[in-house]
Amino acid sequence: MTLRRIELLLALLGAGALVLAAMTTPWLKFVLTIALAKGIAVLGIMLLLRAGQVSFGHALYVALGAYAVAFLAPVLPDAALLLPAAALTTAVVGTLIGLFVSRYREIFFGMLNLALSMVFYSMLEKFYHYTKGTDGIRVPPLTVAGLELDRVTHEWTIFGIALALALGFGAFARVYLASPMGQALTAIKTRETRLDFMGVSARSVLLAAYVLSATMAGCAGALIAMATRHVTPLLSYWTASGELVFIAILGGAGGVLGPFLGAVTYELVRVYAAATVADMWQMILGAVLLLVILFARGGIWGLLALRLQRRGAA
Amino acid sequence: MGNWFTENGPLLGLALLDGIASAALIFMVAVGLNLVFGVLRVLNVAHGSLFAIGAYAAASVGFFAASAGLPAWASLPALLFAAMLVGLVLGPLIERLLLRRIYDEEPVLQLLVTFALFMILEDAQKLVWGVQPVSFSTPVSLMGTVDVPFGTDVIPYNTYQVILLPAVAVVTLVGLAIFLRRTLTGRVILAVTMDREAATAMGIDARKVFLLTFTFGAMLAALGGALSTPTSSLVPGIGASTIVLSFAVVATAGLGQIEGAALTALMIGIGRSIAVTFYPELEVVVPYIIMVAVLLVRPQGLFGVVETRRV
Amino acid sequence: MPLPFQLTRRTALAAGFGSVLLPASLSAQAPVQRPSELKIGVTTFLSGPASVFGVPGRNAAEMLAEEINREGGIGGVPVRLFFVDEAPGIDHLVGEFRRLVQNERVDVMFASISSGSCLACTPLGEELRKVTVLWDCGTQRIFEERRYQYAFRTQANATPEILAPLLYLMKTKPDFRTVAVLNQDYAWGRDSWEIWKTAMDALKPGTRVVAELFPRFGATDFSAEVTRLLALRPDVILSTSWGGELDTFIRQAAERRLFERSTFVLPLAESSLERVGRSLPAGHIVGSRGDHWHQHPRPANPQALQRFVENYRRRADAYPIYPTYHMAQAFSALRAAHAKAMQANGGNWPSDAQLAAAFPGLEFDSPTSRMRIREDGQGLEPQLIGTTVHTDRFPFAVMDKMVIFPPDLVTTPAGQNSVAWLRTLTPDMVNRVPDPISAAG
Repeated sequence: MTLRRIELLLALLGAGALVLAAMTTPWLKFVLTIALAKGIAVLGIMLLLRAGQVSFGHALYVALGAYAVAFLAPVLPDAALLLPAAALTTAVVGTLIGLFVSRYREIFFGMLNLALSMVFYSMLEKFYHYTKGTDGIRVPPLTVAGLELDRVTHEWTIFGIALALALGFGAFARVYLASPMGQALTAIKTRETRLDFMGVSARSVLLAAYVLSATMAGCAGALIAMATRHVTPLLSYWTASGELVFIAILGGAGGVLGPFLGAVTYELVRVYAAATVADMWQMILGAVLLLVILFARGGIWGLLALRLQRRGAA
Repeated sequence: MGNWFTENGPLLGLALLDGIASAALIFMVAVGLNLVFGVLRVLNVAHGSLFAIGAYAAASVGFFAASAGLPAWASLPALLFAAMLVGLVLGPLIERLLLRRIYDEEPVLQLLVTFALFMILEDAQKLVWGVQPVSFSTPVSLMGTVDVPFGTDVIPYNTYQVILLPAVAVVTLVGLAIFLRRTLTGRVILAVTMDREAATAMGIDARKVFLLTFTFGAMLAALGGALSTPTSSLVPGIGASTIVLSFAVVATAGLGQIEGAALTALMIGIGRSIAVTFYPELEVVVPYIIMVAVLLVRPQGLFGVVETRRV
Repeated sequence: MPLPFQLTRRTALAAGFGSVLLPASLSAQAPVQRPSELKIGVTTFLSGPASVFGVPGRNAAEMLAEEINREGGIGGVPVRLFFVDEAPGIDHLVGEFRRLVQNERVDVMFASISSGSCLACTPLGEELRKVTVLWDCGTQRIFEERRYQYAFRTQANATPEILAPLLYLMKTKPDFRTVAVLNQDYAWGRDSWEIWKTAMDALKPGTRVVAELFPRFGATDFSAEVTRLLALRPDVILSTSWGGELDTFIRQAAERRLFERSTFVLPLAESSLERVGRSLPAGHIVGSRGDHWHQHPRPANPQALQRFVENYRRRADAYPIYPTYHMAQAFSALRAAHAKAMQANGGNWPSDAQLAAAFPGLEFDSPTSRMRIREDGQGLEPQLIGTTVHTDRFPFAVMDKMVIFPPDLVTTPAGQNSVAWLRTLTPDMVNRVPDPISAAG
């Protein structure tokens, strides 16, 4: 069996395991919903990483998607409408910002994204009368495709949507990365000039990936808003962006399963770190990240893939 | 327009004075980050932690000096001593144990190593100094105030802020410029900043340069922190807010550019204090507006050099 | 680290992993048995700038839990605490809230310092049908925007905490014409200014606002703001800032003699007094988000207050500040409610619903006074405001000319919106403010 087919199998197995865990432990269902949502956002980060570009500001789109849900929910109280609305909002904003930032590379790309997310963060606090500042906005109970749901069913539905979106975006990213557009991304990382010689615009290649990543982050934000039912500006703070890059490396940028492995691990480590030492969770997460980078550079997916390949060879 | 200036001229003067004082501190922190980035090509997120640790250490050393019965003027050298101590201990430790292992890795991994370090140091700092605000303002009280005329009124300013801080910043700027251009070690550092491959090909030991530069950068970060101690209370989280601002300065200035960092710090410092005086709502976004505006016109930063495209 | 928390560490992991394997919902609605321990989840800031309140709150909680357990627990059952850090954000907090309720099966939650956290936790507690005691957050929005059956606040809210200092200013220094504000740029800073401004427009119409400064939350330098205020010379400067930012502002203002030009009103400065020492000059107005003051001139039970202050000082090496009193109020209310619910249940252990039913109308002791929880869940807490003075007894400024505002005077009546109610106030309200009390000795 090739690694690509094993990946598919693992994805389905993983999805099954998540459903089982959520069934047996009610509180895990929420944590896993958040993990899946963050995994989707990290998938977008991974697309940009393929081009060697790190966005230190993608929390901007997560927060944008979340606030889109919070603002639209009173007039459009249905998850089936809010999710596309959030995706559309972030895609439009992502295109506008992408046109600007896709001219820049490396540190400038990263820092511009960081700066714009910090401007957005400041705006959420400044326009206090609309955004309620740090108090944040409560998301009212939502219907799903016209159905009114009780608490438990609602939680299951959001979990289900998150899982479906994760599988859908994952499959899409796989196809995308294998396509010429995806291959061109890798070329930006190695030698961008060569793309120009071939008549391919590196800027449009990067822009396309950027808009995709913004949209994914927006969907993630919408899911987080629907699950937590309360959004605050902290979603767009630079440490939240750092967290997404953190998860990308933790999971491994080598395959589309990486972001989800990373996100689930990250959330679980954080929960257990918080339960063991409530005031030292940051140090524990930092140490985990350090160990991964120093001793397992491919992340969790890298470790897994290596083991699978060895077994395949044997 | 002329009318506006005659009316608000004195206010503008006050804003300039405040702006210069705050620019001095911004420069001290950002220049170290920029120097390290220029040479090592590692964007050091933990620079913010070094700033915070320098600040806390300065307060501790200051309190210790006072309890040991040293006179009040000793609080000033105490700040400097604390910064050197932090830089000389933590700088080589971080470079040797962590950064050295990742110089050949992708930039994102390097950045995340320092991010992880930042997370660890953030909690470590809490273990050592606790969460209650710490302040040590002896140097400010020691130096007193200067009265600046304002119409028929006078506005008292802290001598420490409007005279000492800008003086230290100017000395640092001039000293660095001379060091980098006139001394052998300085020229070696510059050579590595401009073209690492060519420099190592000519027999420069890049590792030694890295160690030296990082230690120096750590000392500058700690000094920035130590100099901020007398005017502000130290709380958990000061490192996090410092580092974002320094990043903005570095990207605006152009990588490795000392003079660029100084000019950017001045623009941000004065921009912010003018905003406080006339449009307080804008104060927070001033650094980012300046950064975006500069990068729109000069994509490599104010003093950045366009790199040759490699095939 | 004290004992109750250590137990938590070891068992938390085991319990967490165990429940992944075991179906968790076996004990649905059976008659409630007396548990082996009463579990309390506490959300508080353990990192970030707000840990200046969160960690004293946790210290107080640990101290009180030990005291309660030494005396035989609540209803004969020892209490055990679970702490959650609010700093990582709402998604983490809400996840931990669920974990504590659904997995650790805590009996009650003490929620939050930050208003944002409270606004997220309160509806969740309601959905999970778990008694949620709002122990410290200030937003008045909670009970004014919705009714809750499971959420109760064991302290006042922003409205009385800001109205009382304004009334105090009007009583003690009535001749002011211009006001400037310097607040942190986040919900509390903005909300408290809106309350002050609305009340001032009703109580003293014609007062001019000369500057509204909202520096970034977490700012470490206020030099430019101090310059602006020095140049403007307002009669009164209001700042509801707290923590390191308030300390920095006080010191920078003191160094540059701003205190000589304007009267400061600092509604949260009780929590900074010990730290800023004598930098804070005499003659300025200080509040404490309640009637919290270790030198309270008329405590209901002087021995109890003294014991609380001394025990806390022994433990934390600092005078208790308002969050520690708020924590004591939460414990005291829980104890009283539990006793009341058990009595109503014929001496049997109460269910969640029975415990919740005990809170409305509940009376309990705070370290300084006797408090009541209103039918809408809002606590009625007196407000103590004073003027700073320097004495030989303390190396820091203390309060003199203290006014203790009765809660009925300054709290928004149940069912009304604070801003709307403030607009209906009239200047003669100042005549109903009690007379100041001088500090003893």
